[in-house]
Amino acid sequence: MQPFDLHHYDHSTPLNSLPLTDTTRFLAGGTNLIDLMKLQVETPNTLISLAKWKEANAITQDEAHYHIGAMVSNSALAKFSHDEPSLSLLAQALLSGATVQLRNRATTAGNLLQRTRCYYFYDTTKACNKREPGSGCSALNSMNRIHAIFGTSEHCIATHPSDMAVAMIALDAKVNVKNANNDTRQIALREFYREPGDTPQIETVLANDELITHISIPKSRHGTQYYHKVRDRSSYAFALVSVAAGLTLKEGRVDTLSLAFGGVGTKPWYPQSAIRVLEGAELSQEVIAQAAEAELSHAKVYGSNNFKTTLLRNTLVRVLTSIAAHQEKHPEHEGALYDHA
Amino acid sequence: MATLRLNGKDVSLPEDPRTTLLDFLHQHLSLFGTKKGCDHGQCGACTVIVGGERVNACLVFAFQLEDCEVTTIEGIANDDALHPLQQAFIERDAFQCGYCTSGQLCSGVSLLNELKSGDPSAVTYSNRASLKEDISERMSGNLCRCGAYPNIVDAITDVIALERQ
Repeated sequence: MQPFDLHHYDHSTPLNSLPLTDTTRFLAGGTNLIDLMKLQVETPNTLISLAKWKEANAITQDEAHYHIGAMVSNSALAKFSHDEPSLSLLAQALLSGATVQLRNRATTAGNLLQRTRCYYFYDTTKACNKREPGSGCSALNSMNRIHAIFGTSEHCIATHPSDMAVAMIALDAKVNVKNANNDTRQIALREFYREPGDTPQIETVLANDELITHISIPKSRHGTQYYHKVRDRSSYAFALVSVAAGLTLKEGRVDTLSLAFGGVGTKPWYPQSAIRVLEGAELSQEVIAQAAEAELSHAKVYGSNNFKTTLLRNTLVRVLTSIAAHQEKHPEHEGALYDHA
Repeated sequence: MATLRLNGKDVSLPEDPRTTLLDFLHQHLSLFGTKKGCDHGQCGACTVIVGGERVNACLVFAFQLEDCEVTTIEGIANDDALHPLQQAFIERDAFQCGYCTSGQLCSGVSLLNELKSGDPSAVTYSNRASLKEDISERMSGNLCRCGAYPNIVDAITDVIALERQ
């Protein structure tokens, strides 16, 4: 691992006293960054450890929002969300990701900012525009079974790996940040990630001097919620396709719908075309398939990942059919679809 | 001087910030019970307990754990009395080559505490799941290339039953 200068941040440290450059990285839990540093995929000159930033470990709430500190662990957030019926989707997504060991260290902000698990990004002997801009994309014409079908470009087709972020997109979370001048701003998570275009190394709208302080999730009803993750093994694997959905019905029609897809996009995917078809609709397998097709009209496949279009369509049908059936039987239900079989 | 508390004793943190907890245990403290398998958080052989929670020692710098309580396999037993899970591993023949065992044990000891605290797992979201399926899900961060999984799950099941008596 290459040497780095170490600085510490806590609540009393002015951000403008720290060397915030494009070779600086904030170190939260470290479960992704330390791994990438060992592999020399990431070679920061400066690390700013957030281990002493105890104030960011809290989850608070007011009348309208839950506020989740940047350093809240994935385990702590899963437990909190599990006990809040309207956050069941988030709990399911978190618990479907990684392992207990990793969730105990991984943080909320770190999860949002984790890097892709594209094989070629990790392999420093291969071309990768995200790791080394201008070197090319090894995935385009090679094995690309785990790669994206939405939001891709000729420069990068890597997926965003987070499950948590998919649920947070569905729940319309907001990212709160502050910068070196102590200015704050709030960014909708749906607008937080950038598609790769011709600069795949730039993944979010954050500036170098901006630090995520907390995530805000609006309190609203999401009805029956289901995070369904399709993967190569039943635990500790990234999604090939995932669907995060929450649904309420009114007189047999969709009243509220929270929806996002994972494993298919260069960013956690907010399927606006599908949602337009589903809003106010009377749900049937045909209508859900139409919604999937509307979204898939934006998809591009690359060979080994062609199966993801069918898998996404079938997963969406399964998820929405299951939660709609549950809502019909239990119109007031708010929480997880515990037994969908 | 910055320290962390390891198995009940204060130890000084290493000077080089690149030192992971795992390398700190091996290279500075000569504690080799914690194993290096993949060194990338994929196998769980290096699992230790930090502040009551299990973590991969290979994916955390020692300096991040200043003032934290760390328990390794060397600190699991109560002096000469094995931890009940260590005894259950012997009785259930829950290991073959033994390389993953210290990680399995630290993970299993934490699992027992997580169940007592009511921590959810992915299996919580299926009301048809058995306790053994829940244990398997919660232990998915610990690989065993000898394939001792059924006996590991049996050993943990035994201790849960013991604790519920």
